Amino acid sequence: MIKNKQIKHEMKEGLLVALPVIIGYLPAAMAFGLLAKNTRIPFIDTILFSMMVYAGASQFMALELIKAGVVNGSIILATFLLNLRHIMMSASLSVHFKKFDRRYLPIVAFGITDETFSVSSFNKERLTLPFVLVFYLLSHISWWLGTIAGYLAGEVLPASLQSSLSVGLYAMFAALLFPEIKKSNQMLLLSIISAIIYTIMHYSKIFAPGWDIILGIIISSSIGIIIFKDEVETVKDVKEVEN
Amino acid sequence: MKSYLPLIIGMTLVTYIPRLVPLTFLTKKTIGPKTKQFLLYIPYTSLSILIVRGIITAPQDMKLATAVGIGTAGLISYINGNMVLSVFAGIIGSYLIINIFI
Repeated sequence: MIKNKQIKHEMKEGLLVALPVIIGYLPAAMAFGLLAKNTRIPFIDTILFSMMVYAGASQFMALELIKAGVVNGSIILATFLLNLRHIMMSASLSVHFKKFDRRYLPIVAFGITDETFSVSSFNKERLTLPFVLVFYLLSHISWWLGTIAGYLAGEVLPASLQSSLSVGLYAMFAALLFPEIKKSNQMLLLSIISAIIYTIMHYSKIFAPGWDIILGIIISSSIGIIIFKDEVETVKDVKEVEN
Repeated sequence: MKSYLPLIIGMTLVTYIPRLVPLTFLTKKTIGPKTKQFLLYIPYTSLSILIVRGIITAPQDMKLATAVGIGTAGLISYINGNMVLSVFAGIIGSYLIINIFI
């Protein structure tokens, strides 16, 4: 009985933490549905993009590449590079998901996106299996429901609002990051360093296109280890991860 | 109409495998403190990079609107921490820019 109550409580927490992600996903997913329709992607395929691929930035990129007549193999390769960052996110979460029943890991893994990963990282102490399952499942559902809504009804919206909906995805990244860097000057500094490194990498074209994201993440995080070597704040955070 | 199923399946696999592999393999091993520290920085570095990428890869006519949307959302979330409000403010911010300048 007590165990059931605890699970219910964790599920409810998962629902609450999912709400902002859901509300953030809906406009962005609508923008995708609408854009897919304008790119002449069939309705069913559009839904499958959101249900199966479930990766906002790469879905938008795929539409651009389809429009430009790029072949499937190249779109898949570009998607692979763009989404390679999920390796880092999945590795980062594996520390917290150690205690989960291993059978659920393939389901949990499917739900890792930039947004669910960020929210999970910033709520480490609440990461139980029922919490994560409810949170990830609801986020996923809102992504493809939003896509359907955008495909069917998006045209009702004025054109300029349609364009600004797609900015919602990036607005959500900002809304996730900024409250966190407020708490720590180190993380503020690291975020600025990452932004500068990515910009340099992107414009200097040192690496083949697509590799700049994953390499930018690896280089910036490594710089973090070097410059914050002996800082108390970091050590404390690492301890929290261990617990 | 052309079916996009092969493309969707391909994209699904290359997206799902990087999500799945570390989660299933790393849970067995213990991770050293340096690696832990590295993984701890991932949310900050990746979000920051995704934000900057959003602005610099936006189409020319959407660059300003994207930057203003991100800036508005960032500012509101910095002040009061409400994600929903911030996202809506960001969308409204970029909507205003599109209507004023384009």
